[in-house]
Amino acid sequence: MTGANAPAEATDFFAPEHPGETKIRKFNINFGPQHPAAHGVLRLVLELDGEVVERVDPHIGLLHRGTEKLMEARPYQQTIPYMDRLDYVAPMNQEHAYCLAIEKLLGIEAPYRGLLIRTLYDEIGRILNHLLNVTTQAMDVGALTPPLWGFEEREKLMVFYERASGARMHANYYRVGGVRQDLPEALVRDISDWCDYFPKICDDLEGLFGNNRIFKQRNVDIGVVSKEEAIARSFSGVMVRGSGIAWDLRRAQPYACYNEMEFDIPLGVNGDCYDRYLCRMQEMRESTKIMKQCCERLLKTPGPVLIDDHKIAAPRRGEMKRSMEALIHHFKIFTEGYRTPPGEVYAAVEAPKGEFGVFLVSDGTNKPYRAKLRAPGYPHLQAMDWMNRGHMLADVSAILGSLDIVFGEIDR
Amino acid sequence: MSWPATDAELHALGQEIVANSTGGIVAAEVAFGELNLMGPANRVVQALTYLKEVQGFHQLVDLAGVDYPERERRFDVVYHLLSMTRNLRLRLKVQTDEDTAVPSVVSVFPAADWYEREAFDMYGVFFDGHPDLRRILTDYGFHGHPLRKDFPMTGYVEVRYDPELGRVVYEPVKSVEWRNWDFLSPWEGAEKGFATLLPGDEKGESK
Repeated sequence: MTGANAPAEATDFFAPEHPGETKIRKFNINFGPQHPAAHGVLRLVLELDGEVVERVDPHIGLLHRGTEKLMEARPYQQTIPYMDRLDYVAPMNQEHAYCLAIEKLLGIEAPYRGLLIRTLYDEIGRILNHLLNVTTQAMDVGALTPPLWGFEEREKLMVFYERASGARMHANYYRVGGVRQDLPEALVRDISDWCDYFPKICDDLEGLFGNNRIFKQRNVDIGVVSKEEAIARSFSGVMVRGSGIAWDLRRAQPYACYNEMEFDIPLGVNGDCYDRYLCRMQEMRESTKIMKQCCERLLKTPGPVLIDDHKIAAPRRGEMKRSMEALIHHFKIFTEGYRTPPGEVYAAVEAPKGEFGVFLVSDGTNKPYRAKLRAPGYPHLQAMDWMNRGHMLADVSAILGSLDIVFGEIDR
Repeated sequence: MSWPATDAELHALGQEIVANSTGGIVAAEVAFGELNLMGPANRVVQALTYLKEVQGFHQLVDLAGVDYPERERRFDVVYHLLSMTRNLRLRLKVQTDEDTAVPSVVSVFPAADWYEREAFDMYGVFFDGHPDLRRILTDYGFHGHPLRKDFPMTGYVEVRYDPELGRVVYEPVKSVEWRNWDFLSPWEGAEKGFATLLPGDEKGESK
């Protein structure tokens, strides 16, 4: 055969052009968006030299829902559920930041018991997040059992979510000026019991894979972040603490009841993936301590959980059945909502992944003129390119796992 | 420093920054317990370098665009800075329009890279000297800048899978109708001093 029908000449890509030389071929590969270690819908375009990563180009936005645009068109009250859908692994922490921002605009503060419940559920969220992250990081490097163990505990915590708010994940429990409703005493006692038993689970998890040789080989000295780089690249949360910077918004810029809680902030030494894993493990134990203290205080201090101003917080349903005024307030809150004074505020909380901030621009109406959500994972993922250069292909998933990426919040 | 800083401390810091930044920052105000700085857009690199090197604000926490279509220079670019050593936050705002590029601050804060790409994607603000100013959050081949106030909430195109063509097709939006529930009452808010004028109020004021 000749011409167009002739079969292409077989090319040996690896054949050197000159004898004695090795021809190097670079690879471009697509990691995700359908990859089990991509933690959702991440598409990484990797440029490889053999097995060494030369460049990483993350393509994000596959889960972009335009949350910020949607928030501009709805009254404040109605956009709290969007917060749950950002970092869906620890939903209530996001609600907290948003409520804090609106409370700052309005100049109100939640009652003490409301703050205690927020502290308690923030810490539940932290454990929910770290359990998922630590165990799936182990899965990313080859261990299949840890997620099963971790998810069992997550399930119990989600039941606590459900018993407080009625929903396992997308709780919509925090309100501007407190939380939606009080916790029953039985629930507080159950959470308290769970806190007594959970450190044992942490020990089990550590015994299962913390000292495992393969886990260490895949994580120690991988993805090292120096202190300077951690600050320059806007890292926050475990990503800076793993590098040895004692920075935790719960301590540095306390909100809710963190002022009166006793807890330690674990720090890493080397700033590698393994130190970040250790930080998260230890943070879970510290969170358990905070939860225990919250439970003790909750059992001792009854009181309101939501401010009494029905121009801002909706009245209870029982009240609405009897009081005309409560009915009117309810109607007004769920149609018009409330107005905020014009101005700009930024409120941040120490979400499990780092600093989650909400920047609100108010023009004096019942809707935010602009809402910018500062997701901690966004600058972390941005650093993927820098962190992966020179590492092996197999380390990409280990580094990605230790960054703690959830696409709900990055893509918004 | 104790948290939160008092308004007096922030005010003093703002005055100090305005006095020492050699024109990079021209105004400072304290509102809601936060320090706001304003500066000209073309000197933002100088302003941020000063804040980072001299004042110790080493971290760029966030960079956001804001759109005010009725203004001559319609966009605000808002930089949020954090100092871990001084335990302080501040916000720097610069103004720009659709055509004027803001100097990129990637050289000062490497983390500004994606934030500037996002502001470009969402608002169409250009950043001069950015190494790789591509869209980041929207679809491949997307047109328009979705967070601009004149961009419709429903967008312009919708996608569906076409079984006959065997691929995803883009079509003009027809399945969603956007309804804007505006329940804003003109009577509320007067007690807090920021209610809009009721129709007819202007008659009383002209007297």
